[in-house]
Amino acid sequence: MSNIGKAFENGKAFIPFITCGDPDMETTEKIILEATANGADLIELGIPFSDPTAEGPVIQAANDRALKNGASTDRIFDMVHSIRDEVDVPLVFMTYANVVYSYGSERFISSCSRIGIDGLILPDLPFEEKDEFAPLCRQYGIDLISLIAPTSKDRVAMIAKNAEGFLYIVSSLGVTGTRSVIDTDLSSIIKTVRENTDIPCAIGFGISKPEQASQMAAIADGAIVGSAIIKIMEKYKKESPKHVGEYVRSMKNAVMSVDK
Amino acid sequence: MSEKKGRFGEHGGQYIPETLMNAVIELEEAYNRFKDDPEFNSELTKLFNDYAGRPSRLYYAEKMTKDLGGAKIYLKREDLNHTGSHKINNVLGQALLAKKMGKKRLIAETGAGQHGVATATAAALMGMECVVFMGEEDTKRQALNVYRMRLLGSQVIPVKTGTATLKDAVSEAMREWTRRIDDTHYCLGSVMGPHPFPTIVRDFQSVISKEIKAQMLEAEGRLPDAVIACVGGGSNAMGSFYNFIEDSKVRLIGCEAAGRGIDTFETAATIATGRSGIFHGMKSYFCQDKYGQIAPVYSISAGLDYPGIGPEHAWLHDTKRAEYIPVTDEEAVCAFEYLSKTEGIIPAIESAHAVSAAMKIAKEYTPENSIVITISGRGDKDCAAIARYRGEDIHE
Repeated sequence: MSNIGKAFENGKAFIPFITCGDPDMETTEKIILEATANGADLIELGIPFSDPTAEGPVIQAANDRALKNGASTDRIFDMVHSIRDEVDVPLVFMTYANVVYSYGSERFISSCSRIGIDGLILPDLPFEEKDEFAPLCRQYGIDLISLIAPTSKDRVAMIAKNAEGFLYIVSSLGVTGTRSVIDTDLSSIIKTVRENTDIPCAIGFGISKPEQASQMAAIADGAIVGSAIIKIMEKYKKESPKHVGEYVRSMKNAVMSVDK
Repeated sequence: MSEKKGRFGEHGGQYIPETLMNAVIELEEAYNRFKDDPEFNSELTKLFNDYAGRPSRLYYAEKMTKDLGGAKIYLKREDLNHTGSHKINNVLGQALLAKKMGKKRLIAETGAGQHGVATATAAALMGMECVVFMGEEDTKRQALNVYRMRLLGSQVIPVKTGTATLKDAVSEAMREWTRRIDDTHYCLGSVMGPHPFPTIVRDFQSVISKEIKAQMLEAEGRLPDAVIACVGGGSNAMGSFYNFIEDSKVRLIGCEAAGRGIDTFETAATIATGRSGIFHGMKSYFCQDKYGQIAPVYSISAGLDYPGIGPEHAWLHDTKRAEYIPVTDEEAVCAFEYLSKTEGIIPAIESAHAVSAAMKIAKEYTPENSIVITISGRGDKDCAAIARYRGEDIHE
């Protein structure tokens, strides 16, 4: 099992997403350390993209702020490299295919390996296009994380069979963002996943409250939260690390309560 | 032509969220089922002829020919189609297909508003709900078209994100499609996006070159020496080129919007200034920075103001089968005025980019040769903006 498997050894996993460089790289560093100290099991680090077509307004705005404040792929690589020794949980990048491709796919993926990144999530890279990056990811030991959507239907088994690291189960139709109700039949999707792979699966999109996180953790191996954390970062800016830490603690407690 | 499904050389593909995959697969299956279906095609032909006014005229521009003193100039009059542009060809095809697929709602992006108006028109005709996404900047530049879409019963949603232009309208339409797939068809307006859109849109637009070919054989007894069309995403150009790709003696010339010039940041000339990238569902050429952030492009023409180009054009460029040349705002405006004064035809500012290129190359030829310019749309929508460009403030 890859390093990502470790994220799921400590009970149900809580996975926060943050956009790197929002509001600046120093704050991102502190948020990563706070989130880890407060029980985050894996951290998704967003490399901002100018036109993030899978994101709702909250993360779109975070991407814009980060880019405006000078975030770039190279600066994010440097930041991750500088703190990697202090962070003992798996780290994955989440970004868009063009950020990887345009940098030079091999240059990007080999850099990930060098700075201690464990996986890559690309929401605009479906199963059919995996080969764009999969051979390089394999070569450099980076897990290319697959996503399963409520509309995947007959594709679930195929995606699950070929999955690496963990499976990202998209809870709802539409883009990222908090939702009051998640009404997709996730249990049956996860049942099909379990029949086809031993790889852990985590649910993301729409989760913001502890109750939602524990509901999701009850049927999956973990919960992923993005927009709710970005809202905290948007509100507290440079002061956000402490608040994100508190939030991560409450969410980790919520998912852990499921194990009891 | 391509080794892999939906590829044009290395370009094309399906770089979209998993949520949309079954929708594009369903679309591809439906298209393959209906494209050779005699009933579907006879319905579509009837719509083309009786509703849209096809075939569109191929007009010999005699005054322009004499004035330029070179090749005979023919204008393919897509501006005379119902709704005033070539966009109706693709929209009637996709709306009919969507209807056959049981979809009840169309969504679309629009730049200048021509595709939005065409989609709103088809939705009204076929009794479908319609929502059009349009960059807020463009809703201001093309206020009349916003009103036309509303008049036709569509909802127009101004997109405020990013540069608030065409690319942001495409992104927002894609986001809306992931929210609501079951009853909704995304009526994409150009030869771009994920497979099967570049192929479907090209096929529906290829009626343009099919007609040009027959009309030129009738008028001149031979094929044209060059076909010239403007390129944003590239649908009217792809439609104008398609049936000539095999005729290697016919020069195919695509005119990109250079904005204030390809040596400035205010340009939308993708082939001249972009490089290979992955965006909006496809691998193709895009204007972008060194980290792959999509560039905020600019052109006086809202319809060409897009940072990418359709994947089949990228392939025609790679294989050198077509040439792509940049045309500036100033050159396009001059051509807009020239065609109006010389032939009494006010072209869309998009099409004026193609007219400008023809004005330059006509002299390379003799009167035995002929050039076809596709006039993709009519220019009424642009009059206020061109007046402003010339320092005259008129109210629409």
